[in-house]
Amino acid sequence: MLRFIIRRLLITIPMVLIIVTLTWGLIRLAPGNFYTGEKRIPPAIVKNIREKYGLDKPWYAQYGKMMWGIVRGDFGDSLTYPGQSVNQILWRSLPVSATLGILAYLLALAVGLTTGTLAALRQNSKLDYASMALAMLGISIPNFVLGPLLVLVFSLTFYWLPPARWNGFPSWNLIMPVLTLSALYMAYIARLTRSGMLEVLRADYVRTARAKGLSEKQVIFRHVMRGGLLPVISFSGPALAYLITGTVVVEQIFALPGLGNYFLNANFARDEPLIIGIVAFLAILILVFNLLVDIAYALIDPRIRY
Amino acid sequence: MKDERPDKRTDWEKGTEPALTPLGTPPEPPVRPREGDIIHTAPELAVGEADVRSAEMGALEPIKGTSLWKDAWRRLLKNRLAVFGMIVVAIIALASIIGPFIIKATTGFTYDTVPPEMELSKAMPPFRDVNGNFSALHPMGTDILGRDVLSRVLIGGRISLMVGIISTLVSLLIGITYGATSGYLGGRVDNVMMRIVDVLYSLPYMMIVIVLLAFFGGRSPLGQLFLLFIALGAVSWLTMARIVRGQVISLKNQEFVLAARATGVSTAKIIFRHLVPNTLGPVIVYATLTIPQVMLQEAFLSFLGLGVQAPLASWGSLASEGIQNIAIFPWQLIFPGVTMALTLFSLNFLGDGLRDALDPQMRKT
Repeated sequence: MLRFIIRRLLITIPMVLIIVTLTWGLIRLAPGNFYTGEKRIPPAIVKNIREKYGLDKPWYAQYGKMMWGIVRGDFGDSLTYPGQSVNQILWRSLPVSATLGILAYLLALAVGLTTGTLAALRQNSKLDYASMALAMLGISIPNFVLGPLLVLVFSLTFYWLPPARWNGFPSWNLIMPVLTLSALYMAYIARLTRSGMLEVLRADYVRTARAKGLSEKQVIFRHVMRGGLLPVISFSGPALAYLITGTVVVEQIFALPGLGNYFLNANFARDEPLIIGIVAFLAILILVFNLLVDIAYALIDPRIRY
Repeated sequence: MKDERPDKRTDWEKGTEPALTPLGTPPEPPVRPREGDIIHTAPELAVGEADVRSAEMGALEPIKGTSLWKDAWRRLLKNRLAVFGMIVVAIIALASIIGPFIIKATTGFTYDTVPPEMELSKAMPPFRDVNGNFSALHPMGTDILGRDVLSRVLIGGRISLMVGIISTLVSLLIGITYGATSGYLGGRVDNVMMRIVDVLYSLPYMMIVIVLLAFFGGRSPLGQLFLLFIALGAVSWLTMARIVRGQVISLKNQEFVLAARATGVSTAKIIFRHLVPNTLGPVIVYATLTIPQVMLQEAFLSFLGLGVQAPLASWGSLASEGIQNIAIFPWQLIFPGVTMALTLFSLNFLGDGLRDALDPQMRKT
């Protein structure tokens, strides 16, 4: 197990380097630069800018400098937010995105697991059909439609909830963004739980558990739940990647100052260090999270050994 | 004459079970002696299985076989939700293709007609004219420039469906080639190729797509569309590659491949002429489920202003225009949004239905 973890952590490093190199290459291959805008800048100032940010050096020197920075955990200074380092921006915006993402995932787990389990236990009942139709709806409604509709109903019609902006952790402002973000995951988790549980309910080891006289409750919680949860856990790895892309939209709709918002603005402004900083940071986060998922997998399923 | 005798054959023998499932290698068909079979203790003396069967069949009337596809079609028609999905998708696709022409012929509006005498502050609600009286001129109202929302939604549907279908084709091309090659070659090559897929699975590739579109996009509307096809196709082939690989692995040791190899068919030809056509069932199912995913991603990029560009419109870009005036002109968001949700909903049901029809093993009943 320990060897497995160490090996996986070692693979993580080249992968982060690859994704950073890819992003950097894309940015560098594109014509133009962050200072080439509508405003015409005198050549002397252009020369100063290039010198200040090291753009006059050959590309391999710039690449090396960036990589060395990433290895040390220092992503450099932002180009569009003068005087702020990328690290400062990351630490300021991460809590917003993390709060949103974690709450949305917890909500999705709670609702998805409950409905999925109930639907599987009462297969082909009205409850089953209703919850699966609802889940399909959750998968099909884009979050940029769901979010504004919630705003339309709860803010602009009933005036119950504030329509946008960040207001700290426990606040009414969080309800709609979290709901918007988690709808898709609720639906996915409900579907995965249902199909996983149905498969396990027919498995031989569940029949054995019943045969040796366990109560129905014990069979469900000790045996069926364990097996039925596996697909949900393996979904949690990619889910984090999806959550991040989902947050970009949700942060746009609800005007939240999270990572996604900064990432999008950095792209429009061609703020190279900020883009690379966010990409590298999220890549590390996702890879570590995937490792945790694999470990959880081994802990829950006794058949898996590393 | 109809055959009334109970059909004792197993599903495998009938051919109603597809040879393969999207999950990979299927269980071997059970081999068990039939009534009257002689169990040979000396295999080299055994009569071929086919001889026994044809001898048995010869005495009876031949049973009319149904093909896998005919059978699947029958099962699909029994699934009410899938039929509903199929009809809705067909209607929306048809409306998107011919609808704009009809609107132009009857009312003279195209998706970018801006009426000259339009008061900018007054977008018209559905079924209303400028004075607030009933009028069937704009069934979905107009947007802030006075353009007809219905024809914009239909044109948006054209683009959205096109991006969905073409990007899925791109992903099919990459996924099938990659998966089939990996599965057929096997061994170390397979190992490396699949490890790469595992790695790609866990990357935040949408962020790279955002970077790609932000830095290379925006030259021309058509160039942008092309970039979208490629970018979205290039990030959605991973699952397809895994499915095709699993299929090919379970097929590649069968006799017809051996026969092809024995007659000197090249590796590439074996893969694409002999193996790939046999993986079609699961590929179709998964492709149907990929289309809504890709459409969703396109809409999401267009919503962020990175996808389809004006004057072209897609459901995503219409929704992003609509959200700016949601408090006063909510229909500008609701119509494209609901149309899109309905389309995705139907496509998902159709995909699920197809999976159940083509692969009864996957059916969770």
